[in-house]
Amino acid sequence: MFDMTPNILRNFFHKSSTRLYPKETRQAFGNARGELYNEIEACIFCRTCARKCPSQCITVDTKEATWQCDPFVCVYCGVCVENCPKKCLHQKNDYRKPVTDKEIIFMKGETKKKKCEGDPQET
Amino acid sequence: MKEVISTTKGTVVSKTVDMKKDGYRFVTMSCVELDADTVDILYHFDRDLHLKHLRLTIQKKEAVPSVSLVYFAAFLVENEIQDQFGIRFDGLVLDYERTLYLEKEAPDAPYCRISVSRDVKSGED
Amino acid sequence: MARTIIPFGPQHQVFPEPIHLKLVLEDEIVKEVVPALGYVHRGLEMLADVRDFHQMIQICERVCGICSTIHAQCYCQGIEELMGIEIPDRARFLRVIWAEIHRVQSHLLWLGLFADAFGFESLFMQCWKIREKIMDINEATGGNRVNPSINIIGGVKRDMNPDMAQWVLTQLDLVEKEVNHLEKVLLNDYTVKKRTVGKGVLTREKAMELGAVGPTLRGSGVEQDIRQIGYAAYGELAHRPVVGIDGDAYSRNRVRFLETLQAIALVREAVSKLPAGDISVKVKGKPEGEVVTRVEQPRGELMYYIKGNGGKNLDRLRIRTPTFANIPPLLSMLPGIELADVPVIVLSIDPCISCTER
Ligand code: SF4
Ligand code: SF4
Repeated sequence: MFDMTPNILRNFFHKSSTRLYPKETRQAFGNARGELYNEIEACIFCRTCARKCPSQCITVDTKEATWQCDPFVCVYCGVCVENCPKKCLHQKNDYRKPVTDKEIIFMKGETKKKKCEGDPQET
Repeated sequence: MKEVISTTKGTVVSKTVDMKKDGYRFVTMSCVELDADTVDILYHFDRDLHLKHLRLTIQKKEAVPSVSLVYFAAFLVENEIQDQFGIRFDGLVLDYERTLYLEKEAPDAPYCRISVSRDVKSGED
Repeated sequence: MARTIIPFGPQHQVFPEPIHLKLVLEDEIVKEVVPALGYVHRGLEMLADVRDFHQMIQICERVCGICSTIHAQCYCQGIEELMGIEIPDRARFLRVIWAEIHRVQSHLLWLGLFADAFGFESLFMQCWKIREKIMDINEATGGNRVNPSINIIGGVKRDMNPDMAQWVLTQLDLVEKEVNHLEKVLLNDYTVKKRTVGKGVLTREKAMELGAVGPTLRGSGVEQDIRQIGYAAYGELAHRPVVGIDGDAYSRNRVRFLETLQAIALVREAVSKLPAGDISVKVKGKPEGEVVTRVEQPRGELMYYIKGNGGKNLDRLRIRTPTFANIPPLLSMLPGIELADVPVIVLSIDPCISCTER
């Protein structure tokens, strides 16, 4: 009849299962795929990331040397990071903090010289 | 897909009855658009983890005899195909009249390629 | 007695997702049921037209939030079959490990929701508390809590080093211990039995005829599980389907509970047999031809029909999810029962409406 009672009692004498977020946070796991960032100096604006992204949230302009990403469309799958030829895209282990307004990550880099422009890493 | 048996509109129901007699479980049906006018309807069956398929190639404007009287479970997927491809099934046990997923004013065949669904529309006009 | 029609859903306390059932009642007894779907239809199958076949992995994962890994596994398996790719042994075992971890997670979620359906709030919380450990395993090994996204065409994306595997096993030991504490509650408690025994009976014959799959089918005494085909590494692992006899809600509950423990055992076995070697092979070419693949999801048999035309987009991707197959059996379970039992019985098939409509 009272089969749940031992479980409830055990929970009573156990420390709390929840955390007082945001005061207390758990350390992120080393393998977790969190916030996306681009080392814009190394980026060659080849558009590989934009092409491979399943949610198509990255826009790259080769001429203007801009890289932008809509973090609210991104699903944090990591496909872009794996495919970046320059390995300049990275993911932190932490998630983005909640915000009140939508924003777009916009980055502007240097326009590269001729030699990099025709480097479209076709697969 | 190894065992595929082709059928025609006339024999599909009797072949399904045979399947049921042989103790097959109805898995599902798939509708595949081939070109502007034709579609393939595949019936998948399973017995002891072994799959068997029936293939029916039809014109989009033709009505297909429903197998939902043989396998009741088919009514859901037949309604789904009606919604998605605009193909009609005759003798459905429970006909949603193309409103299972769609609203009444929805386009005719949202799962057909765009140019095609226009064709179907003008054909009906 | 006058007939009343009661609209059950689309928003109802017990439903995590919207489905609408039109219940025709006579007094308190259900006489007829007509389902209405279409509240969460997303048309994911048609995205195959605009995304290439590699990107479809992430989309397939999102067909269902609770069994995402297994969807991707089924899809990758189908594409691999089309392209004639043999994946490395290690990848086959890793796929089993992640799939079974996912099954534990999904079953715990369901056990909780089921408890919630008959108002056993503390049991619900307890199940979900245990489940949180599995979500941590997902995040630590795969990278994300819900969509670990480890399957790629040609193998898996991430490896599991021995330390990590050991950590997963210790975590699973803890989970198993806690799940065992719940055995008495889920299988013997007065409340649970009172609300589930003899409710929503689906006979063996009916289950076969109406095409039930997964625990709904096995709860009715049919020993059928797609894992018996031996896809991925299941052929090399000791696995026997769990079956119930009575075909009622209690029997399905029992099947799922025992499968949770079985899945943990399968992870242990797979880790102990994990072969060394590569985790993926290079993929060249494009899929062409048509194929049907099946895997066993926590809810039952999942079927993908894939047709490729040699281009980078697929011609047709058709997904038949287990709940889709379990709706006709549900309709046959409901007539003759009391209105108050409808939520319990609907939940007993583990409905996942978003996957049903895709
Ligand atoms: S793939 Fe890498 S190098 Fe290319 S545009 Fe994206 S971030 Fe830049
Ligand atoms: S993590 Fe995935 S969704 Fe996000 S930008 Fe990269 S590829 Fe796109």
